[in-house]
Amino acid sequence: MSQPNIAHGDDRGRGFVPDLRRTLNNRRALRSAALSALTWVVALIAAVPLFSVLYMLIVEGGARFGLDLFTELPPAGFEMGGGFGNAIVGTLVMVSIAAAISVPVGILGAAYLSELHPDHKLAAVSRFLAKVLTGFPSILAGVFAYAAVVVLMGTYSALAGGIALSVLMLPTVVLTAEESMKMVPQRMKDAAHGMGCTRSQVIWKVVLPTALPGILTGVMLAVAGAAGESAPLLFTALFSNYWLQSIHEPTASLSILIYNFSGMPFENQIELAWAASLVLVMIVLFFNILSRLIGRPKV
Amino acid sequence: MAPNPFAAAVDAGSISGPPAAYDYLSDRVFRILAYAGAGAVVVLVAYIVWEIGGQAAPAVAKYGIGFLTSTTWDVGNEKFGILPQIWGTLYSSLLALLIGGFFGLFVAIFLTQGFLPPKLAIVFRTIVELLAAIPSVVYGLWGIYVVIPALRPIADWLHETLGFIPFFSTSLSGPGLMPAALVLAIMILPTVAAISQDALHLVPFKVKEAAYGMGTTRWEAILKVFLPTASRGIFGSMVLGFGRALGETMALAMLIGNANQITLSLFSPANTLASLLASNFPEAGAVEIRALMYAAIALLAITLIVNVVGLFVMTVAVKKQ
Repeated sequence: MSQPNIAHGDDRGRGFVPDLRRTLNNRRALRSAALSALTWVVALIAAVPLFSVLYMLIVEGGARFGLDLFTELPPAGFEMGGGFGNAIVGTLVMVSIAAAISVPVGILGAAYLSELHPDHKLAAVSRFLAKVLTGFPSILAGVFAYAAVVVLMGTYSALAGGIALSVLMLPTVVLTAEESMKMVPQRMKDAAHGMGCTRSQVIWKVVLPTALPGILTGVMLAVAGAAGESAPLLFTALFSNYWLQSIHEPTASLSILIYNFSGMPFENQIELAWAASLVLVMIVLFFNILSRLIGRPKV
Repeated sequence: MAPNPFAAAVDAGSISGPPAAYDYLSDRVFRILAYAGAGAVVVLVAYIVWEIGGQAAPAVAKYGIGFLTSTTWDVGNEKFGILPQIWGTLYSSLLALLIGGFFGLFVAIFLTQGFLPPKLAIVFRTIVELLAAIPSVVYGLWGIYVVIPALRPIADWLHETLGFIPFFSTSLSGPGLMPAALVLAIMILPTVAAISQDALHLVPFKVKEAAYGMGTTRWEAILKVFLPTASRGIFGSMVLGFGRALGETMALAMLIGNANQITLSLFSPANTLASLLASNFPEAGAVEIRALMYAAIALLAITLIVNVVGLFVMTVAVKKQ
């Protein structure tokens, strides 16, 4: 054998084999190791805010946590105690209105984009505008709903708030539903067509049931996002210190309560703002985690 | 009822039949509804532009282009200008992009280049995604009670020792640009990280093999091969992150101080278009509302342009790879 036998550590071969290990004496290796260390530090710092927020919520919000938060109304200036039951109801009602508008429209639109005419010009434009809308400033949804609903009806209302939120939910629902309908294997659709199904029967009986987990994931994500929104509600739903009587009157929401109370000089209100943040984050995370559980690929 | 074209296609002796009249009809109705659903997105965007534009039209006619370049917001004298807000919007978003983009890109590299075992990487990815789930208003509250107090000693020290630099020319008296930009950076980090990760995942495996096969170190491969290959997608992520920052409202309304001034100082209060809308709209009278609608259309124009550019870059990036 002309090659030195490396495997057995033959002394005669040593001089011919370059040492392929990199030690930190090597400048290139040192630079790489330093950058890797920096990456670790940067990535760990990036995780700090989430834990800091959660810590503050649990400590500050948890201190005030109790049943009266859910059953009582927001206190006025110097009053002690109180809760935000009406704001929780308001948030849930407005998110429900938004979902009732955006989910059917979004799924129908997605069916068109993914199944009926994926290459149609309308589909291309619609898909592009939906993507543009995902980056749409939430405050402008509020401005829009103010101009389109509040001015028209002459009053701030839960309905206007719900419509503003639906503008923000719609693109998420459309895009995720389209994505999950596209994932349905073509052979299943072909089989259904071959059985003599009409195209809407294929969509209703094959595509939608198969894509349901993915669609629900998108819906839950959109709901989680909408529940946390505050800018669109500022001048559409406004705020109210009383229980919700009808969807045609100003309505309280958790996020607006946090915004209003955070700037107040009263200890009690600030504690309530933290407690409301804790409740709001729990609602948002509930839907967010639900969406992850539904959408988890089944092995 | 619409005639069913399949009815004619029946063969007398066949066991197959055309769709029943009900099936045919429901198919038609469903298709029309789906068409309307897809059209709804287009109509909605057009309606938004038309509605906000229509409300802003009187102010646009009255104040003209000077609205964009004048600096006073005086309701009493009906003098309105949004240059400070435009400046504040761009400045705070740019600062946020510098910080959030840096962190987001490193997080994307951290998650795609084998720094963590796959299971831990999923946990860490979830943590970063949850950052995006925290509502803006909660970040605002957190910013007031955590970020500003934490930042104040650093800001004071910088102001005292390096006060001659314009960036540190004022002290942090509470709300200001820097806390706002920091919180904004946290909010756009998940966007940048997620899209950059997708771009880095798209780098073909054989390119990685080739790079490592040439004997590069991990970072030579990342800096000289992977990042340039994924650069379009990463650039797109930055543009979209910038777009998010421009339109972000509540956290800024709570943290930036709502002072209509043009300043370079990182620690002085400022204002943005979105937070001007949030803080003035609820109590505005008819005249001010028209001016605010003008500001809204300016914000709409800026964010639409940035988002369309970002999406365009992304589309090109995906096609090229």
